[in-house]
Amino acid sequence: MNIIVLVKQVPETSNVKMDPETGTMIREGLETIINPLDLYAIEAALRLKEQHGGKVTAISMGPPAAMKALRETMAMGVDEAALVSDRKFGGADTWATSYTLGQAIKEMGEFDIIMAGERATDGDTGQVGPGLGAWLNLPVVSYVAHIKEVTKDSITCDRLMEEGYQVVKAPFPVVITTVKEIAEPRLPTLRGNKRARQTEIPVYSTENMTVDVGSLGLKGSPTKVVKIETPKVTRSGTLLKANSEETIESAVDQLIEWLKERELV
Amino acid sequence: MSYVWTLGEQFEGKLRGVSFELLARGKKLAEELDTKVCSLILGHNISDEDLEELIQRGADEVYFVDDPRLADFQNETYSNVISDLINQYHPHIVLAAATTIGRVVMPYVAIKVNTGLTADCTQLEIQPETKLLLQTRPAIGGNIMATIKTPDHMPQMATVRPKSSRPLDKDPSRSGKIQRIVLKDELVDTRAKVIEFRTDDAGFVNIEEADVVVAGGKGLKQAANVKLVEDLAKQLDGVVGASRQAIDRGWLSYPHQVGLSGKTISATLLLTAGISGSIQYLAGIKTCENIVAINNDPEANIFGVSDFGIVGDLFEVLPLLTQKLAQAKK
Repeated sequence: MNIIVLVKQVPETSNVKMDPETGTMIREGLETIINPLDLYAIEAALRLKEQHGGKVTAISMGPPAAMKALRETMAMGVDEAALVSDRKFGGADTWATSYTLGQAIKEMGEFDIIMAGERATDGDTGQVGPGLGAWLNLPVVSYVAHIKEVTKDSITCDRLMEEGYQVVKAPFPVVITTVKEIAEPRLPTLRGNKRARQTEIPVYSTENMTVDVGSLGLKGSPTKVVKIETPKVTRSGTLLKANSEETIESAVDQLIEWLKERELV
Repeated sequence: MSYVWTLGEQFEGKLRGVSFELLARGKKLAEELDTKVCSLILGHNISDEDLEELIQRGADEVYFVDDPRLADFQNETYSNVISDLINQYHPHIVLAAATTIGRVVMPYVAIKVNTGLTADCTQLEIQPETKLLLQTRPAIGGNIMATIKTPDHMPQMATVRPKSSRPLDKDPSRSGKIQRIVLKDELVDTRAKVIEFRTDDAGFVNIEEADVVVAGGKGLKQAANVKLVEDLAKQLDGVVGASRQAIDRGWLSYPHQVGLSGKTISATLLLTAGISGSIQYLAGIKTCENIVAINNDPEANIFGVSDFGIVGDLFEVLPLLTQKLAQAKK
């Protein structure tokens, strides 16, 4: 079973500090990491390989520095990796990104599953996985929470929806996007780290891919960013101390009043 | 005719609330553009009353593609049908909900009809000078708001965060055209098959579309104490949410999780207890209308985003609150 996993390198936002004056994120000194939601997809891919054989290839589109994220996936056990990188790819929206990834994947040979996290924690769109499915004309099963059954030519999954789980059976090749429930990601190993350092990672660019230059990067993107604003996240709320019988009672009463005023009860 | 389309959603033949939320958005845009808003529904066995309700809540027209093969959401067939109709009718704007349906079918359609798509918007407006759709959305965990447009492609498409707009009131005096459309066989993609639908437990929650969410975190200390949150949720007619901490400890199942690796919610009222408010958690709650926090640490991040905070012991505050709300009801 050949599995391709999409990986994105994102800014590390878990230890991010907020500027108390402006209520915005302090970006200085932010490290880059593998998109945390991709780790679940990587883990699910590795488990499928362990159970059914085959290989897992991680692919990332980004600047040369995204090589670091790819090496981290190899340290977790991913067999091979490929970087899709070219200045002409810069500023791509999800339409152009999924196009470019699709063209790169066409160069990489046959596969059974393309796996991706449900979305990346920076762009927050979740559109690249399904978009890639459309470019490659493949079925897409999104928000997969459990894998139920795998045969030599199909996979049956639980797709998490608002009302419950939709059980979907899809033939290979297929695009699957995963949610956290699917698996607990493993840690990198020393041996994996060593192998990751020693492996040459190929780079796909406009030099060795068939691409329509007009569909690349910022220029090829149908959507354009008009402006970016940083909303103030702080709210000026009431804050009551409740540390004695009296103050607890009073705080609860005030809260109920407050809820009533807003017609929330 | 420069139509605005909204993609309604149904589950087991009943229209979902987002269908009406989208119409409120669509109608406002259509008025600014001096055009019609049309609700597109794919499904089977949807009652005339439900279709009529779309008109009463803002639609000028309803296109209902009615076929048993559309009863369950299947991405490829749905995408084919929507793309085919877009190519036939050329709407200028297509809005869908940022649900587990909208967030997969719309990116698929965007590629098929060769246009842009903006995800999970919380504001939509028409730029006066260009008449283009300005699509504003939170990104990077809600730390920035990006405004995006699609200047050179049609239709302009966006998914809209559930609960970020209110449905219009029913207006029985409104009239509109309901058009039933026959599913073309060649649009049916049988590769992926829906086998069944199930909920794992009676407590399965749809927290993304709940008006009231009561969420508990690490401060609950143990699984047995989830009951405190459940009792309060019951009093408030709400559902139970949880921070990642509570999920990873196995106190509640994953569908309850709010935050970066869980759900993003826009509840009218979110009440959190024993949740300190990590960056990842806050990313999932920023568009909630009213946030109440109960936590024993006055320095907890959660108080920075709360409208009403109580610094105190949740084991004392929650039962009293539940009890007083119950009394008030009597």
